[in-house]
Amino acid sequence: MCLGVPGKITELFEMEGLKMGKVDFGGVVREACLEYVPEAKQGDYVVVHVGFAISMLSEAEAQETLAMLREIIEIEDEVGPETEAS
Amino acid sequence: MKYVSEYRGAKLVQGVLEQINETITRPWVLMEICGGQTHSIVRHGLDQLLPEEIELVHGPGCPVCVTSLELIDKALAIAGMPNVILASYGDMLRVPGSGRDLFSVRASGGDVRVVYSPLDAVKIAQENPDKEVVFFAIGFETTAPPNAMAVVQAKSLGLENFSMLVSHVRVPPAMHAILGSPHNRVQGFLAAGHVCAVMGYWEYGPIAEQYNVPIVVTGFEPLDIARGILRVVQLLEANQALADNAYARAVTLEGNQPAQELIRRVFEPCDRNWRGIGMIPGSGWCLRAEFRGYDAGLRFDVEAIQPKESPLCIAGEILQGLKKPFDCTAFGRQCTPETPLGATMVSSEGACAAYYRYAHIDVPESS
Amino acid sequence: MKDDQQDLVIIHGLVCPRPLSHEDTIVLGHGSGGRMTQRLIEKTFYPPFENPTLLRGDDAAVVELPAEGRLAVTTDGHIVSPLFFPGGDIGRLAVCGTANDLAMVGAQPRWLTASFIIEEGLPRFLLERVTQSMKDAAEESGLIIVGGDTKVTERGKADGLFITTTGVGWIPADRNVSGANARSGDALLISGTIGDHGIAVLAARGELAFQADVESDLAPLNGMVEAMFDVCPSIHVLRDPTRGGVATTLNEIARQSNAAIVLDETAIPVRPAVDAACEMLGFDPLYVANEGKLLACVPHEDAEKVLAVMRETKYGADACQIGIVEDDPAGRVLMKTAIGGTRVIDVLAGEMLPRIC
Repeated sequence: MCLGVPGKITELFEMEGLKMGKVDFGGVVREACLEYVPEAKQGDYVVVHVGFAISMLSEAEAQETLAMLREIIEIEDEVGPETEAS
Repeated sequence: MKYVSEYRGAKLVQGVLEQINETITRPWVLMEICGGQTHSIVRHGLDQLLPEEIELVHGPGCPVCVTSLELIDKALAIAGMPNVILASYGDMLRVPGSGRDLFSVRASGGDVRVVYSPLDAVKIAQENPDKEVVFFAIGFETTAPPNAMAVVQAKSLGLENFSMLVSHVRVPPAMHAILGSPHNRVQGFLAAGHVCAVMGYWEYGPIAEQYNVPIVVTGFEPLDIARGILRVVQLLEANQALADNAYARAVTLEGNQPAQELIRRVFEPCDRNWRGIGMIPGSGWCLRAEFRGYDAGLRFDVEAIQPKESPLCIAGEILQGLKKPFDCTAFGRQCTPETPLGATMVSSEGACAAYYRYAHIDVPESS
Repeated sequence: MKDDQQDLVIIHGLVCPRPLSHEDTIVLGHGSGGRMTQRLIEKTFYPPFENPTLLRGDDAAVVELPAEGRLAVTTDGHIVSPLFFPGGDIGRLAVCGTANDLAMVGAQPRWLTASFIIEEGLPRFLLERVTQSMKDAAEESGLIIVGGDTKVTERGKADGLFITTTGVGWIPADRNVSGANARSGDALLISGTIGDHGIAVLAARGELAFQADVESDLAPLNGMVEAMFDVCPSIHVLRDPTRGGVATTLNEIARQSNAAIVLDETAIPVRPAVDAACEMLGFDPLYVANEGKLLACVPHEDAEKVLAVMRETKYGADACQIGIVEDDPAGRVLMKTAIGGTRVIDVLAGEMLPRIC
């Protein structure tokens, strides 16, 4: 029920009293409301659903998960964090 | 795309699938409750790669599918009124009411507009002060904070021409309804990742314990879903009925506090009718007294509508995981994405649409 | 009398009501068939499209047929909004779209006619930009614009401008290209990245308020097609995946040929920004429109050399093989997903809508 897409905050601004940001999804930029992630700063990654950031993405958690998986599966760097799909 | 591509890689997914194979010793029935997860599973063909022992059943996690027929008919009636602009999320446009949908209302002159964000609907109200702008506010808990912000913003801007037709639904009551049903076969749950990003997963521990069913918060990419399934299987094999988190990069136990605060400020629990399932007590959110002036259901006097469902449609049983789309006699024949009989065929997250789109070869095509 | 300000002239007293010359905007009179229409044609359409056949000014264009081979004829209506978008405009779209339809049956584009339905109030300079764009596209594709028609309709009835084109091309005798000719074992090739046009236009429309680093891929493909025929006379199928995207077009081919098409998801080229836009909106790039790409089914032993010449053409740098043709399941399109599953690719059902789920 939740098309949430990760994006990087490239700019912060205010609109009609709401904390907003420009979010880059990888070549596509759209503004999103950041009221629900008050701690978010430029450069942070957030999950965006219908134009609202609903959660911060934890780089630390992501790296830990991927590292653990790679260790278990014993692949050497086949997939890196910046690899593009197809 | 960062945080997406890494979770689609074949090797990692296959590695986790192998682990599932090594862990599993007997058949298990698992339900994923989120339409987005259904979509992802069928789109990537993940269900074909799971061991035979796992039966994946699709739950009622498609807010478009479960919005009640009465409410859709109400939205259709309001959209057809002169001087009204109905703003809606895209996926609602093709959902059939008792005979029509928002597309056909638009074709006969109704002003129906697709918005990506609820704030776009507020903007439409600002730009059209002489029109009534009604926003069709559907969704699970994930969409509640955005929808709530729309009405808060409308209030703070003093917009009197804005109102919302609210149809929020909540996951925990639905889980109670499914797990508490005498026909229930579900033994493990994949909880909806983005619902939990907002609400946390503290509500699920007690549910897991009550019904002796492990519940694992799961994301949406193939790797996330595989990991969620692995964790549920591990818990099942170890006979541990807990709530756990396999989407830690986006979800914490407590969830998003500012979002939950605003939900509490704007909405209160109420009974909700789920299309195809029936009334589940306390399973919806409605506007609190302070915001009831923005309730389109009250603002617009719409005649009592007798909703009519197609007698062939078994969407309700599919939403509860009791039947699969292939069990329906109308699937692929009278009921297709072009001519949907029920909401599960319209929304691309509905199980029927997902199966039709990605999985049906053997069903003879309707001409 | 002049005012204090240099550029303001104030006229007092009676003024002779000479008719305004309507130089800046198109008005209903331009479509009436009289002098205004004639002047519009002479000033806005003849100069960019100039050629002897057109300038003869008869009711129909008379052209010379080649001695052998066959003719191909196609028609198309173009109603894009906005009229101008990153990578192109309605004029270029009209010409390239027609040239490509002809090229997809192996024809060399020859003659084009264009009918313009103009909404009153359209600024003239926009119309001139469109005709200039058509001239450039025609030159690039080898088309000569030999005839046209102009009508003007009331405000609100034409979204600015509608263009309908008819194109005629010549097919050399030894070519036999058709959607029904795909054979088991054929290689399925694509000339480049998918989804660019649809996303560029959607971004330009502004309704969903996003900016994308994407341009339409709008381009004439006949140059590429000629290069392909030079190395592979027996190309089986050529198709350009426009509305409905690659998925819809492949289903048409599969059905016409009564064959199966199996795609490899990891081989399909998609620009990162198109990918990101589709993720954000919940679209699948396989269903998004293209206007400068072709799909080809060629005997598998010819695939490498056909790809090599495609990559040397202006619009084919990213050409690659994305699948193969098989016998079963006949009439269907399947895809091997990146994680190793198999999924059915169906035609587009209705309009693609941004989703929340």
